[in-house]
Amino acid sequence: MIRIEHISKRFKKLQVLDDITVEFEKGQVISLIGPNGSGKTTLIKSILGMVKPNSGKIFVNEQIIDTDPSYRKIIGYMPQIGRYPDNMKIGQLFSMLKQIRKTETSQTDEELIKKFKLEKIFEKPMRTLSGGTRQKVSAAIAFLFDPAILILDEPTAGLDPLASEILKEKIIAEKKKDKLILITSHILSDLDEITTHVMYMQEGKMQFIKDIGTLQEETGELRLGKAIARIMKGDVINSNWIDKMFEPKNDEKIY
Amino acid sequence: MLKLSRYVLYDILRSKIVIAYTIFLFVVSLSMFQMEDNSSKAMLSLLNIVLIVLPLVSLVFTTIHYYNSYEFIELMSSQPMSRTRILLSEYAGVAISLLSAFIIGVGIPVLLFAPNDIGFALLFSGVSLTLVFTSIAFYAAVVARDKARGIGFALLLWFYFTLIYDSLVLLILFSFSDYPLEKITLLLSALNPIDLGRIFIMLKMDVSALMGYTGALYKDFFGSGTGILFTTGIMLLWIILPLWLAVRKFRKKDL
Repeated sequence: MIRIEHISKRFKKLQVLDDITVEFEKGQVISLIGPNGSGKTTLIKSILGMVKPNSGKIFVNEQIIDTDPSYRKIIGYMPQIGRYPDNMKIGQLFSMLKQIRKTETSQTDEELIKKFKLEKIFEKPMRTLSGGTRQKVSAAIAFLFDPAILILDEPTAGLDPLASEILKEKIIAEKKKDKLILITSHILSDLDEITTHVMYMQEGKMQFIKDIGTLQEETGELRLGKAIARIMKGDVINSNWIDKMFEPKNDEKIY
Repeated sequence: MLKLSRYVLYDILRSKIVIAYTIFLFVVSLSMFQMEDNSSKAMLSLLNIVLIVLPLVSLVFTTIHYYNSYEFIELMSSQPMSRTRILLSEYAGVAISLLSAFIIGVGIPVLLFAPNDIGFALLFSGVSLTLVFTSIAFYAAVVARDKARGIGFALLLWFYFTLIYDSLVLLILFSFSDYPLEKITLLLSALNPIDLGRIFIMLKMDVSALMGYTGALYKDFFGSGTGILFTTGIMLLWIILPLWLAVRKFRKKDL
């Protein structure tokens, strides 16, 4: 569904993406993992056409990403930090998006709006919302048009445990509908139950992409976090990052 | 496109700056006509307001609006919508709100107190200058990386067009005063929309007689049908060119 060919992007002196070639198929749930600044968000934004790569091509459903924006109809995007017009009310935001896409309410997927109880605050302007509520709005927008491709950038960061659980259930439900889902997250335990493939990036380069079965076999670890850690052992830069991930957290006890 | 502009307009109206601007223009125009017995004297004072305040407000307001709606632009660019359409909708929204402010604030008093040739010339110049400087401001905002630079660039352009350009023209006229410069001054005036607007209105007034031979030449040229066509054409060029450059730049920009 998404084919990326030799994408490179450079911001001034910093090489953010370095010759990345990869292909994603439908039915896959790909976890994009890597340290901060490894180019995950830039890769995602390149797919969305928000960042223009210096070289390389991206195809979505065999259609090259260039000037025609229609390919974005089948993509739902949840940004890392949702930023919205200050004066707009939540309800307006949803109705505007529907109008732009010329979609009737009957065709939209409003499950998340209901489950997050966003209808109650439809009259609130966006500027009064907390970070977590903004994330809920972002999530609801991403799923609104029942897109075939979902791109979620740090979806659970900032959500309370209840909302985070609702979102995870929703992702699993969408996964069953044979969609392509791309997730970046630093909370590896969140990805554990969802993901089918792991793509690991570092300093703009793709280190590997493996399906979860292979990863478990190669490392002998069932948990995603430990498997990744096992692979990255010996690598100084990464071990710092991995150690952070394994600092005991309160919610770890649940598992 | 108009759908999107509607939301842009709504956002602008909510900020109340345009409403304050409308009231300011209305009060100033009305008091000018009330204070002066002779309506053409009032027109002369109003002319200066139009030539100085209008470009300034258009430039600053548009640049600030662009940066304030960056979130909105970002959100829209993840939707199936082309960059061109996003920017043109923004332009339409800003231009419509500034134009309505001018037409209500200056247009109504002028139509009430001086519904003559000069009045219509003033309205024509005002409308054109608003559109021209909104267009230029969009270019400045798209090119500059951050808000401070953008507004600084816009202010610099305003200084250039209202003050620096005229001194440059004077310098040229003085240093080449031995040569016949009438045709060249005509050309030079086309390179500054504010000058063009000023000449266009001045020639409808009796004061053009004070401008000597050049004034006579101007009157001959601008008074004729070709002159009006020329003015309209150049103004259109001043609206379209910066906007086209802005769109071209915006399409390649990383958001």
